[in-house]
Amino acid sequence: MNNIIVLPMALPIMLGIILIFLRPYIKTQRVLTVLGLLVTIGISIYMLQWIQTDGIIRLDFGGWEPPFGILFVADSFAVILVTAASIVTLICLIYAFSSIGEKIEYMYFYSFVNFLLAGVNGSFLTGDIFNLYVNFEIMLLASYVLIVLGGKRMQLRESLKYVVINIISSWFFLVAIAYLYAQLGTLNMAHISVLISESGQTPLLTVTSLVFLIVFALKSGLLLYFWLPGSYSAPPTAVAALFGGLLTKVGIYVMIRVFTLIFYHEPQITHTIIGILAGLTLIMGSIGAIAYKDIRQIVAYNVIIAVGFILVGLAVMTQEALEGAVYYLMHDMVAKSLLFLLAGTMITVTGEKRLDNMSGLIRNYPVFGWMFFIVMLSLAGVPPLSGFIGKVLVGQGAVEAGSYILLALGFISSIFVLYSLLRVFLNSFWGETIISFDDEVPMKKGWMVSFGLFTALMFTFGLGAEYFAPFVADAANTLLNPQIYIDAVLE
Amino acid sequence: MKINNVILRTVTKLAVFIILTLAVYLFFAGHNSPGGGFIAGLALSAAFVLLLLVTDIETIKKGIPLDFKKVAAFGAFLAVGTGFGAFVFDVPFLTQSFGNFVVPFFGEIELSTVTIFEAGVSFAVVGVVITIILSISEDV
Amino acid sequence: METLMIILTGVLVTIATYLVLSKSVIRVILGTAVYSHATHLLIITMGGLKKGNVPILGDDDVSTFVDPLPQALILTSIVISFAVTALVLVLAYRAYQTLGTDNMEELRGRKYE
Repeated sequence: MNNIIVLPMALPIMLGIILIFLRPYIKTQRVLTVLGLLVTIGISIYMLQWIQTDGIIRLDFGGWEPPFGILFVADSFAVILVTAASIVTLICLIYAFSSIGEKIEYMYFYSFVNFLLAGVNGSFLTGDIFNLYVNFEIMLLASYVLIVLGGKRMQLRESLKYVVINIISSWFFLVAIAYLYAQLGTLNMAHISVLISESGQTPLLTVTSLVFLIVFALKSGLLLYFWLPGSYSAPPTAVAALFGGLLTKVGIYVMIRVFTLIFYHEPQITHTIIGILAGLTLIMGSIGAIAYKDIRQIVAYNVIIAVGFILVGLAVMTQEALEGAVYYLMHDMVAKSLLFLLAGTMITVTGEKRLDNMSGLIRNYPVFGWMFFIVMLSLAGVPPLSGFIGKVLVGQGAVEAGSYILLALGFISSIFVLYSLLRVFLNSFWGETIISFDDEVPMKKGWMVSFGLFTALMFTFGLGAEYFAPFVADAANTLLNPQIYIDAVLE
Repeated sequence: MKINNVILRTVTKLAVFIILTLAVYLFFAGHNSPGGGFIAGLALSAAFVLLLLVTDIETIKKGIPLDFKKVAAFGAFLAVGTGFGAFVFDVPFLTQSFGNFVVPFFGEIELSTVTIFEAGVSFAVVGVVITIILSISEDV
Repeated sequence: METLMIILTGVLVTIATYLVLSKSVIRVILGTAVYSHATHLLIITMGGLKKGNVPILGDDDVSTFVDPLPQALILTSIVISFAVTALVLVLAYRAYQTLGTDNMEELRGRKYE
């Protein structure tokens, strides 16, 4: 029985519920959460190996055969991201243990982190488009709570906007599902794909696909990112890192899934629009990243640049480009979380948010400073770090497909990433030290452990790219040939 | 705030029991005819809300000494927990099964594992609704 | 009948859009609630209205029955919108208490804080 597929979602939910009863015992909550995450990571790695030998695995809930029931489908792409998401959550939590504060921990912090992970993993694994909506909502509800935990003025203000924007985008999602259901009468993604390839992608279906595109663009911050910089700078550092690492990536995942599995018949319309949006996102994100002096804003705009870059891979739609997109997605989850953690820690230790007001941090915290340097190189795509392979593969795909504008924009944006982060590095780590050695805030062990783990992961992704290659190639292959996915689901 | 409304108080004493009975009826009517855990939970919480309207929060808290957050969590635990039963019996997640049982006085009734799930849903709904109402009304 | 329902949906969406674009937070939240009702109506209409009996096994003739799926979708979506609306109401209340305003213009915030 394939019941194991449901565990990456069901285990965190169950754990989150149990932790509600253990409210006063914060130590126990921490231990249980870490154990649960380790089990989840173990299960997803086991699933990844299993998929390589036996192909895509699926689980029909309640024994209802597709296309009638809800189902979970585990293919390489989904499981790679499940693994990455669980690992990122674990490391962010290690940071949270020594930074989030007892008051927030007492307000069911660990329960909601578990619910967030459950929603994220569920969105990756589901094979039913309405179930996808439900999983999105689980994730978003948890994120609504996490963003406001602590109840500071800024959090309350930004969370209201974040919540309203997301409610409206979820509304668009439902409308799109209603239109799709009216035309096809099914919600199973593989079945939708079969019906569309039988009937052809009619103009009405293409319009529906564009409604979906609006939804996912809002969720992932593809051009419609106006809500992102504000909301991602409000919550505590560990939560911001979780958001930066996971939330937009779910939107990207779904966009890739929907536009490779379901709406792939009219690429000259849909994929061209995605390409234009990705190009615009790269431009606007680059401008944003160098325009601000608030570190949190700079980091948030870096998230937006990455969204644009990954979706260049989708717009191009070749084997290499999709492999690159998957690689870059993995890399970006890790690197962006680390970047958010580092930026948040800089604000914690200096008490300043503007980069003009900090300087000379490297004298106080040398290791910390060099980790910032490493993550900067990694995001800019310098070998042998993790960003390199993704960038090269996406670039190679873009050359093959002849989309030179996207290629140029993608690589110019890398320079902007490098410039924006180098500016932070030079301004705040070099120069005269502002913190005397007597009153410097000590760097806690938990912080350094989480930074170290993230940095090690970036090196692993970069140096061990050969080892990950078969998984990524399989993921891209499944994306490019939807028939593999359909056969696995409908037999 | 002191409420002095004899009619509402008297009616409530009767109406609460009618609503509670309706809730129980709706709960068991589910599955094969209109009804079910969610609606039953809403009806149950309607009864509690009516009680809250005529008396004050302290009285209710004394009368029903439950932490409704925990009630909601317990409901969710029950609902998700039924899914995990699938691991024990080695069937797909969330599979349901049912059987007919002869219960004295009621005769033959049909019970299914869905009933446990629905009970969880009811608890969750009651817990959530009352928590929301209490947390909004606490400091007005 | 379907046409009528679609028009009604459109009216609801118009109202909701008007509410969401207003300045008061509570109106925005009411707007999102009306949005969700509009979609529920849309989903049930898209599934096809009254084409037969209730889709429950029983004494009735079940050779023709209405599509049960949209109803299941709506129930799920009602629960979700219920949860979200409740959460936003509490959030707006807390925000009003802490920030002392429910005017979206004043919630814009300063650049550096």
